[in-house]
Amino acid sequence: MTSEQPALVLRDLRKTFGSAVAVDGIDLEVRRGEFVTLLGPSGSGKTTTLRMIAGFMSPSGGSIEIDGQDMTRVPPYRRDVGMVFQNYALFPHMTAAQNVAFPLRMRRQSRPDVERRVSEALDLVKLRDLGGRYPRQLSGGQQQRIALARAVVFQPRLLLMDEPLGALDRKLRESLQLEIIRVSRELGATVLYVTHDQEEALVMSDRIAIFSEGRIEQLGNGEDLYDRPASLFVADFIGESNILRGRYEADGADGGWMTRGPWRWRVGRVAAEQAALEAGAAAALVIRPERTRILDGGSDLVPGSNVVDATVGEVLNLGPDTKYELTLEGGQRVSVREPRERGGRELHRGDQVRLTWAVEDGLLLADRDVTST
Amino acid sequence: MSDSWRQPRRILMVGLGALTVFYLLAPTLVIVPMSFTEARILSFPPEGFTLDWYERMVTDRQWSTGLANSFQVALLTAILATVLGTLAALGLTRGRFLGRTAVNALVLSPLIVPVVVIAIGMFGLFVQWRIAGSLVGLVVAHTALALPFVVVAVATSLRTMDRNLELAAANLGADPRRSFQHITFPIILPGVLTGAIFSFITSWDEVVIAIFMTSARFRTLPVEMWEQVRQAVDPTVAAVSTTLLVVTTVLLVLLLVVRRQAPAQ
Repeated sequence: MTSEQPALVLRDLRKTFGSAVAVDGIDLEVRRGEFVTLLGPSGSGKTTTLRMIAGFMSPSGGSIEIDGQDMTRVPPYRRDVGMVFQNYALFPHMTAAQNVAFPLRMRRQSRPDVERRVSEALDLVKLRDLGGRYPRQLSGGQQQRIALARAVVFQPRLLLMDEPLGALDRKLRESLQLEIIRVSRELGATVLYVTHDQEEALVMSDRIAIFSEGRIEQLGNGEDLYDRPASLFVADFIGESNILRGRYEADGADGGWMTRGPWRWRVGRVAAEQAALEAGAAAALVIRPERTRILDGGSDLVPGSNVVDATVGEVLNLGPDTKYELTLEGGQRVSVREPRERGGRELHRGDQVRLTWAVEDGLLLADRDVTST
Repeated sequence: MSDSWRQPRRILMVGLGALTVFYLLAPTLVIVPMSFTEARILSFPPEGFTLDWYERMVTDRQWSTGLANSFQVALLTAILATVLGTLAALGLTRGRFLGRTAVNALVLSPLIVPVVVIAIGMFGLFVQWRIAGSLVGLVVAHTALALPFVVVAVATSLRTMDRNLELAAANLGADPRRSFQHITFPIILPGVLTGAIFSFITSWDEVVIAIFMTSARFRTLPVEMWEQVRQAVDPTVAAVSTTLLVVTTVLLVLLLVVRRQAPAQ
């Protein structure tokens, strides 16, 4: 055993229910002390993956290794893995302190040890005074903190969290996000966290695995996923994206062009190299809303930028920013985010404008579901 | 305007309700006062007030052994039906096996099959086994009758219980046996107690099977009543009836208390 050994290794993990494939070959390594989030839409296989790691379901194929030990066929009560459930799953007939003591009692620890560690765990989640209450006497946020204390009190090798904040309102969710990060850092815990909330994933994680249709689409930190999405799915899922579909035309070693109807947009050299598309392939140009600008009628086109005509739709005030929903010719919608004080004239629904973005801000990605050109 | 329209309707509804309540309570309202009568025969309205018939019930050997027998049979039935029914409910709700639906239907069949048919069938079999007319025979028969109540009550508790609690227990290190002991059983306990109380009541006032399964040496209270009423109508029967009624009522109140104590989920 070396300290370099990963805390969790999944190899070609699969789960099928009859003919339906829920998890379709997952490979993942999680380092000790790392916070990894499984992010994806519902039904993408992230919860099934988590449940297989916990031992609640047996995989149809592949293996699960925890701290170098093969756990694929080990029953859940011998895996030494803590789990926090979305609905808390606190035992209703036990007090908060008894709930936290449960895993220690199952491990036959001595009474003084149990008492000491329970009070430490309650301190950790700042609920020392509520140990005597029953779950039904606690608020949702308090219940989830007790569930967290219960899942970490026995120092599990891995902490699994299945949408733990899904049932809470936004404000409480945000404060508990910070609480979970603090607790897991203090304990040096290795965390595997499931959510469908991309903001939550970006705030909390060291790395994020984007799930789609039972596979990991991309694994990386928030910056990787936002700035260098590996697929159109990831670009669309993480953050907001303006996606211009068309055909790609190579132009020697100096990047290429995207064409769509009468329009032709320049594709940067780096973006073209990364995408490595064949000439004539269906492609999508992805530009983030904050990288897109609205050109005022008279102003000149800056060299090294692309342009397209658009009609202003909704104008949304987002506090410091204003968001414009625009429609391109052919009905495609794009959005633009600009600081409120944009200097130029005010825009209203129906105004004709031109959109522009720097060539290097356009990401080129293969368009797998080609329907329009 | 709508009030004047509603007034007669309201009177009608209250009247119908009162009538229904009276209809349901009438036999009880007759038998309880009759148990305190000073008259020598069962009669209504009662004359005077006396507890003689209650005294007779507990001092007379036939009545008092009947009472003791009934209590013993009902208690043993409740224990046996609760244990077997709880296990059956666990198997039927958690297990996956071939013929589960058929087994479920079989376990619940005593609710549908006419009691007299069950009685005759069991009588034939028990005579052969030499347990007819004995405590064992009656307890076995009553257990079959009470089993569906336990299965239904416990299965309902199991189905409404959050399955994540059992997953959480396993996750926290509890093997299946300890998970049942510490988590599942305490949570379904109100359902188990409900089943136990219903089993007791089912056996306590059961008369059809009991007539077949008892003998001159071994009689339960309802059978004793039936025998006595055929010979002489003395008000002790009313005292016994009232006793049966009180025990059942106390148990039903207990049931409400159990239900209210259940952890709100």
